[in-house]
Amino acid sequence: MMMGLLNARWPQRILQLPWRIIFLVSAIGAFAVVVLYSAAGGSMTPWALNHAIRFSLSLGLAMALSQVPMRVWLGIAYPAYAAILAALIATELLGAVSGGSQRWLDLGVIRLQPSELMKIAIVLALARFYHFLPRGYSGTLAGIWPPLLMIALPVGFVLLQPDLGTSLMILAGGLTIMFLGGLPLRWFLIPGAIGLAALPFLYNLLEDYQKRRVAIFLDPEADPLGAGYHITQSKIAIGSGGISGKGFLQGSQSHLQYLPEQQTDFVFATMAEEWGLAGGVGLLLCYGIFLNWGIRLSFQTQTVFGRLLAAGLSMTIFFYVLINTMMVMGLAPVVGIPFPLVSYGGSAMLTVMIAFGMLMSIYRQRELRHI
Amino acid sequence: MAGDGESRLLFDRRAFFLGGVQVVAGAALIGRMAQLSIAEADRYTTAAEDNRVALHLIPPRRGWIVDATGAALATNRPAYAVELTPSLVGDLEAALERIGAIVPLDDADRARIREAAREAPPSASVAIADDIGWDAYAALNLELADMDGLQPLKTYVRHYPDGPAFGHLVGYVGPPTAEQYRKARDPLYLLPGFRVGKDGVERAQEDSLRGKPGARRVEVNARGRIVQELDTRPDVPGGTVQLTIDRGLQAYAAARVGTESVSAVVIDCLTGDIKCLLSMPAFDPNVFSNRIPSKLWKELQDDEAKPLLNKTLQGLYVPGSTFKMVTALAALSEGVLPTDTVFCSGRYTVGGNTWHCHRRSGHGTVAMRSGIAKSCNVFFYATARRIGAQAVADMARKLGLEAKFDLPMPIQRKGLVPDPAWKKDRYGQAWSVADTLNMAIGQGYLIANPLQLAVMTARIATGRLVEPRMKPSETLPLFEPLAIPPAYLEEVRQGMNDVVNGPGGTARGARLPVEGITVAGKTGTAQVRRITAAERRRGVRSNASLPWKFRDHALFVAFAPVEAPRYAISVIVEHGSSGSQAAAPIARDLLTWIYDREKAEAALARVLETREQARRARAAAQARAEAAAQAAAQAGPTPAGPPPPEAAPGSVQP
Repeated sequence: MMMGLLNARWPQRILQLPWRIIFLVSAIGAFAVVVLYSAAGGSMTPWALNHAIRFSLSLGLAMALSQVPMRVWLGIAYPAYAAILAALIATELLGAVSGGSQRWLDLGVIRLQPSELMKIAIVLALARFYHFLPRGYSGTLAGIWPPLLMIALPVGFVLLQPDLGTSLMILAGGLTIMFLGGLPLRWFLIPGAIGLAALPFLYNLLEDYQKRRVAIFLDPEADPLGAGYHITQSKIAIGSGGISGKGFLQGSQSHLQYLPEQQTDFVFATMAEEWGLAGGVGLLLCYGIFLNWGIRLSFQTQTVFGRLLAAGLSMTIFFYVLINTMMVMGLAPVVGIPFPLVSYGGSAMLTVMIAFGMLMSIYRQRELRHI
Repeated sequence: MAGDGESRLLFDRRAFFLGGVQVVAGAALIGRMAQLSIAEADRYTTAAEDNRVALHLIPPRRGWIVDATGAALATNRPAYAVELTPSLVGDLEAALERIGAIVPLDDADRARIREAAREAPPSASVAIADDIGWDAYAALNLELADMDGLQPLKTYVRHYPDGPAFGHLVGYVGPPTAEQYRKARDPLYLLPGFRVGKDGVERAQEDSLRGKPGARRVEVNARGRIVQELDTRPDVPGGTVQLTIDRGLQAYAAARVGTESVSAVVIDCLTGDIKCLLSMPAFDPNVFSNRIPSKLWKELQDDEAKPLLNKTLQGLYVPGSTFKMVTALAALSEGVLPTDTVFCSGRYTVGGNTWHCHRRSGHGTVAMRSGIAKSCNVFFYATARRIGAQAVADMARKLGLEAKFDLPMPIQRKGLVPDPAWKKDRYGQAWSVADTLNMAIGQGYLIANPLQLAVMTARIATGRLVEPRMKPSETLPLFEPLAIPPAYLEEVRQGMNDVVNGPGGTARGARLPVEGITVAGKTGTAQVRRITAAERRRGVRSNASLPWKFRDHALFVAFAPVEAPRYAISVIVEHGSSGSQAAAPIARDLLTWIYDREKAEAALARVLETREQARRARAAAQARAEAAAQAAAQAGPTPAGPPPPEAAPGSVQP
């Protein structure tokens, strides 16, 4: 009876889910609730409770997405990309009308941040492109310009917003798929060298506040009370945490509001102050295991689309972690990329959980040979 | 998708590479984090503490200033104040409006606060109002709940129990200047409640009076708001500064002097203790220590009686006849005998020029004692010419003129004792006989301050080089004696005794109403301006018919008792015309107070009564004049004829 039930279709599907990884991700989410509880001075409001609810809901979403058949992902790849690109353009146009920087598209019910979803859509669309690209064509002109255009369009519009961090992540996600798709190395090395040479020119294209951030990143102590304040205070929070941290609810940098954006972009510093190097290494190891699972998944997956998608989504999550922690530790300019699943905020969590759901979907169908 | 082994291999290679990138990046991040939290942990821990903990200084309570008996001249009165931290306030104008409803703030206050708020560093507070009273303090505390940055405080305000009587002596306090802060670089100077001495003893004894600030260690958030108190180190109050001054004597002197422009100095001849150092009129240091109203400051500055000047140390006067004892002592030290005589015919002629004695008919044969008693100019002309100007100048310096004394006061002006070398240096001219004669009777270039005249008197009275002091000590100082035979000195003192007690002495009004205490003294008159020939033709003969500010200064120096001198005094009444009439009675009443307070108080009562009568008479005269002017104005608009040039007094009575 019991076995019969377990061997039935749905329980079987649920048992097939990567539960160890789900627990790991849940552990990260639970830890985030603890950190946000402390960041609010020992209070569930305004962040911890919201975060817990959002996390639970989006984890449910991820598990629902895990049941989506591969062919659906393949089928919606281009339409989703097109829709999100359209939303991105709409956002830009609305922003131009209302004047000023605009990242949100207010749909009445929810406020959508299309640039956030584009991080996934670009991976999805390019994976599909390479899936159907005949072998040997990835180095030809016909195999290069469509993915380049698909990357350039969203990157361009996001840059217009202007949002340097997100456009960098879309670019990186797209290039990752092109790299994995088999684009000959010279196509990376030559433009890379040219890009490096053109860096001063590109720097001039940046907005004033972005230039200032870059300059301050290079020398944060030059303006400790002004714009360099973020980086300086973040380093103080991490450094003063020491090996084992100041203890739960004991972080003076976050509680006394010296740390800016303590619950969002700089939540890693908030955590590190109270949990120290141990907490930081623990959190990074959790992500290491999570990402390792994603990369290994790409090896196990039989379809090109699935392989590219698994590796590409893993890399997208990796870019979140990398850019955020580099920024928080003073290794990168302040660009406004949250720490996935820990930073307070809905859009980034939704993106990461959608990616997780897709990864689980691939995991379930990794043995699939044809779509 | 079969047969794509090659592309599969390429994917695996590249995915493996990306996995490797992740591992390397993860290791690098952990390495960086370890660098921050292990290698640089100390530095960042300190930085976090610096962020978290702010040191709030507590201004030290200022030390007291007390008189010889311990009676307070300057103390601290508990008070209430209000400060504002502009960085926490948000809308400064709205905040000022709200505070203004409780504590009146005028436009000048608001301008000052705005200026201070602009220039204050982020976490600094700005003083809104001092000494606001308990009611306002309580009302402001009610506003605290919904007003960031507001700080009603309990503070101390400097209090001077006797007000103006000790204004010049004790000085006053005020907030330090920007210049002082730049020099000291002490955060204490930025505290709104901190005060430094601005004048008098307060300024000169700043180091002793200041004390050490306390500190509150508080946890502050990024906006500067205090989250919690950590610990408090109490302030170390400043030390008490004791002076030799007799508070009762000086307060009496101030009352006795009234509104006249006077300096009065009393010295204890045995110890050098300055018992009274009064300069009137004066400012009220209680008002000055709060905030000096600019209108008041301007009024005081423009006042002819110079209430901002400490006349005892900074007022310089021609000593006039009070200097004659110096000439006498110079002669004695040069070997002139007290019995040597001079014949005074009323005039003294040198090289075709004639100098007059104040008595046209002359004093006849005059010796040293009678020369002083009668203040005979001719005697001192002749004596000074005999010994030379240099000897007189040397003696003047020996007796304390042109000297600065070791006193806890910020400014002393030393005046001038002229001599041939000085004149050569200053004017490039040779010393003339006229200069010698002028100096002999205390005129010419000679100027001295009232303290110097008192010291001079003390040295003549005791025959010792009395050194004045304002800070008491247990040990009785030993003063070096003058190189003049005591018997000779006695002749000079007897001359001064005769001035007060002799028949026909010029200062008989200085005799004390106290049994057994006799005063010896010398009057002097310092001409402020010569009466011009034109004025003489118009009928101006005496000082009384001149405007106040052109009248002569009245001087009187004295010591008592004659037999065993204990107190020396100098009194100068600016534009008082006559030393014997204006200055001597004040000296008499001050000395009376020392020996018999009841009699002194009675004398003061009589003076106050006379003054009150004079005031009423003046007021009545003014009222009559006004009524007359009014009546004339009413009568004025008669149809024909020009208005009368001035109303005829008494012609119309309502």
